[in-house]
Amino acid sequence: MKLDARIPGGPIQQKWDTRKFELKLVNPANKRKYKVLVVGSGLAGASAAASLAELGYQVECFCFQDSPRRAHSIAAQGGINAAKNYRNDGDSIWRLFYDTVKGGDFRAREANVYRLAQLSVNIIDQAVAQGVPFARDYGGLLDNRSFGGAQVSRTFYARGQTGQQLLLGAYAALSRQIGLGAVKMFPRTEMLDLVVVDGHAKGIVVRDLVTGEVRSHAGDAVVLATGGYGNVFYLSTNAKGCNVTATWRAHKRGAGFANPCYTQIHPTCIPVSGDHQSKLTLMSESLRNDGRVWVPKKAADKRPPAQIPDEERDYYLERKYPSFGNLAPRDIASRAAKQVCDEGRGIGDTGLGVYLDFRDSIARLGKDAIAARYGNLFHMYAKITAEDPYSQPMRIFPAVHYTMGGLWVDYDLQSTIPGLFVLGEANFSDHGANRLGASALMQGLADGYFVIPYTIGGYLAGQKPGAVKVDHPQFAAVSGQVAELTRRLLSIQGKRTVDDFHKALGKIMWGKCGMARNERGLQEALREIPALREQFWRDVRVLGAGEGVNQSLEKAGRVADFLEFGELMCRDALERRESCGGHFREEWQDDGEARRDDAAFCHAAVWEYRGPGQAPVRHEEPLEFENVHLAVRSYK
Amino acid sequence: MKVVLHIWRQQKRATPQDPKQDGRMVRYELDHVSPDMSFLEMLDVLNERLIGKGEDPVAFDHDCREGVCGSCGVVIDGVPHGPERGTTTCQLHMRSFRDGAEIWVEPWRAKAFPVLRDLVVDRSAFDKVVQAGAFVSVNTGAPQDANAIPVPKADADRAFDAATCIGCGACVAACKNASAMLFVGAKVSHFLHLPQGRVERETRARNLVAAMDAAGFGNCTNQLECEAVCPKEIPVRVIAEMNREFVRARLVEQPASGKRVGGDG
Repeated sequence: MKLDARIPGGPIQQKWDTRKFELKLVNPANKRKYKVLVVGSGLAGASAAASLAELGYQVECFCFQDSPRRAHSIAAQGGINAAKNYRNDGDSIWRLFYDTVKGGDFRAREANVYRLAQLSVNIIDQAVAQGVPFARDYGGLLDNRSFGGAQVSRTFYARGQTGQQLLLGAYAALSRQIGLGAVKMFPRTEMLDLVVVDGHAKGIVVRDLVTGEVRSHAGDAVVLATGGYGNVFYLSTNAKGCNVTATWRAHKRGAGFANPCYTQIHPTCIPVSGDHQSKLTLMSESLRNDGRVWVPKKAADKRPPAQIPDEERDYYLERKYPSFGNLAPRDIASRAAKQVCDEGRGIGDTGLGVYLDFRDSIARLGKDAIAARYGNLFHMYAKITAEDPYSQPMRIFPAVHYTMGGLWVDYDLQSTIPGLFVLGEANFSDHGANRLGASALMQGLADGYFVIPYTIGGYLAGQKPGAVKVDHPQFAAVSGQVAELTRRLLSIQGKRTVDDFHKALGKIMWGKCGMARNERGLQEALREIPALREQFWRDVRVLGAGEGVNQSLEKAGRVADFLEFGELMCRDALERRESCGGHFREEWQDDGEARRDDAAFCHAAVWEYRGPGQAPVRHEEPLEFENVHLAVRSYK
Repeated sequence: MKVVLHIWRQQKRATPQDPKQDGRMVRYELDHVSPDMSFLEMLDVLNERLIGKGEDPVAFDHDCREGVCGSCGVVIDGVPHGPERGTTTCQLHMRSFRDGAEIWVEPWRAKAFPVLRDLVVDRSAFDKVVQAGAFVSVNTGAPQDANAIPVPKADADRAFDAATCIGCGACVAACKNASAMLFVGAKVSHFLHLPQGRVERETRARNLVAAMDAAGFGNCTNQLECEAVCPKEIPVRVIAEMNREFVRARLVEQPASGKRVGGDG
């Protein structure tokens, strides 16, 4: 596997301009001869599909949801970063670039991050032009707030529904192109495999989730924008349908998978209430602007929070990280929460929780001001817990939220398979080992609106349009394999449900590849996961038929892939013998702070699939830091 | 707690000739229900037990389970999304029901939303309406600086109130006419209150109403059931705004092509 990041030469400020000029162009009259398949309709997929169609390409777009508007980007609450410096508080493209590289614990590619910071300002302009209703101040201009890992206010927001409003903007742009006939939309359609012809991605095989039909689609290039793999943990803040299938199947067809062990555990989620729990709900990081995080100083202090006087409270983030305080980055805030709970100071029935307290800001700003900022989040919290966060502190605990790892891509967002581009959370590119808050929306939209429309042209210009059609024998071969997998899942008729296996996998992953990892645990997981997978293929019970709506069958295919992918994740976590960002190896720490090993691990680890039963091969893409000095990350 | 469920089971996809197909209500008893479970988690538990017994699980749409994707939604005891105001089905918890409750669970029922299976319906009619004009016609490129268009905060807030619509379809399910006017009105209102959206206000009003009629949604007879069940509490004023915009669009000049694009609304 050859890993050439193809980073343009020259100073970092000019790299993107250089690349845009170097890229070959497709003549406007020829664009309509090329067909691009876009899988996924979240921020990255919808913005890519719309923008490519606007340029004149034929686009087909696929999503498993019943409408492209429902992709999980919609659930992002807090905001989107942009280096507009509207606040006059010292922000700049350079500062956003610096914060993101540092926030990612120096495990991201500098050139990509710089481009992201540059494009951030265009995203806000584009979204406002589309009618995205961002929060405004009384002068009618856009409002900002702060987010973790930054000391400037650069986060644009739309109450607690920023992802929803941005996605509806991209969905509107996509819908416009569907209405014009420039995009053909396939909702309730799941990609089940990638078709590679002569080394190039030339199509996909999908299952129609209404009729059950397995179908082939050919194109001149394939764009995957299929999100992250957080649901490998079973419980996460992801939507129930989020899965690794598209990227995993592409990996098995030759796409390198980078840094699968980099997962983000978000510090502020509603704690688990019982075994029935099907998902975890995030409480936006923006709440840490006005909420203070604390636990009792004494272990096992079960008094109600109001009865614990200030001097017996430990505002541990403010104590440990005085300059960032409650706005410490996510990985650090999560680890700190785990630490106090490990010390027996956790709150609630399970002891797995900490308080997020608005008492002081309500006293300072009034209840109305807090309601205006976070009303819908407080409402959601009250719905789920039956507790009133205006009168008592929220109980929160870390939960799996985002995955920084993903398919490896070069500077042009092309994977190791020519013609296969990967955008948004599905790729590995911009966040290193930890993503800063309000950066996911930024990356998804930068990739879709402003990167892929340029870089895909550079690839297509060298391709003969429509060279491969669905009658190519490779489509029949891949469809046959997909149909055989479905047949196998339906024929086992064992005793355990799909969810039962998924929960068992989640337990292994959370226990051994979660907030803290160590050699022994990972070795155990690497024995337990293959055993569980073997049981799955012997004992899973999937009822019904391949035809028609069969939600158990959909889930079964996704869990089967998680059972393979989880093993790769643990392997990656085992081999990365350092701590960085969201990857915390207990053996490498200084008093609970992550200890990187730049001499041995200043690289992206990229895994190559070698066939069933074969050990995957680990490759390295060295990371060079020419603009940001490699340093110990400190928020103290 | 323990509950008795009556759930609509339908294997075959609805057709215009036979919308109900083999559908019928089926009774299930479920015990060991925790009051902290969400309604959908309760259905998960039911499904696990059904699979254990070798029976097909109940199909229902759901995804984010935090009230924002708009995937979920069933009629519970005759009310879309159930008894709690401003709440999607996924955010409804079993503590809202009493122990021993008998609960009736049905899919959205509307001509424009045919049942695909059990509680799953086809809401693509909503997407078709949006495709007809619920957007600002700007291409990706280099628009003006975001702060070049000031928007009075009150206008921005009004636009936002409409933009919170999650497209779940409860408004249609609650309406005896299966009207989509709250949904369509929300789109009109969102863009009406923003300067960016005003450029195309006439064509938008005409095209959305035409698409809504073509999709088979009914008309509004001011029962306001839609507002009562909307999980995002979209106010019915958006319907008044849509009607006003539609009438206004009829009064101003027709599009230059001379093509009639309005509906009968």
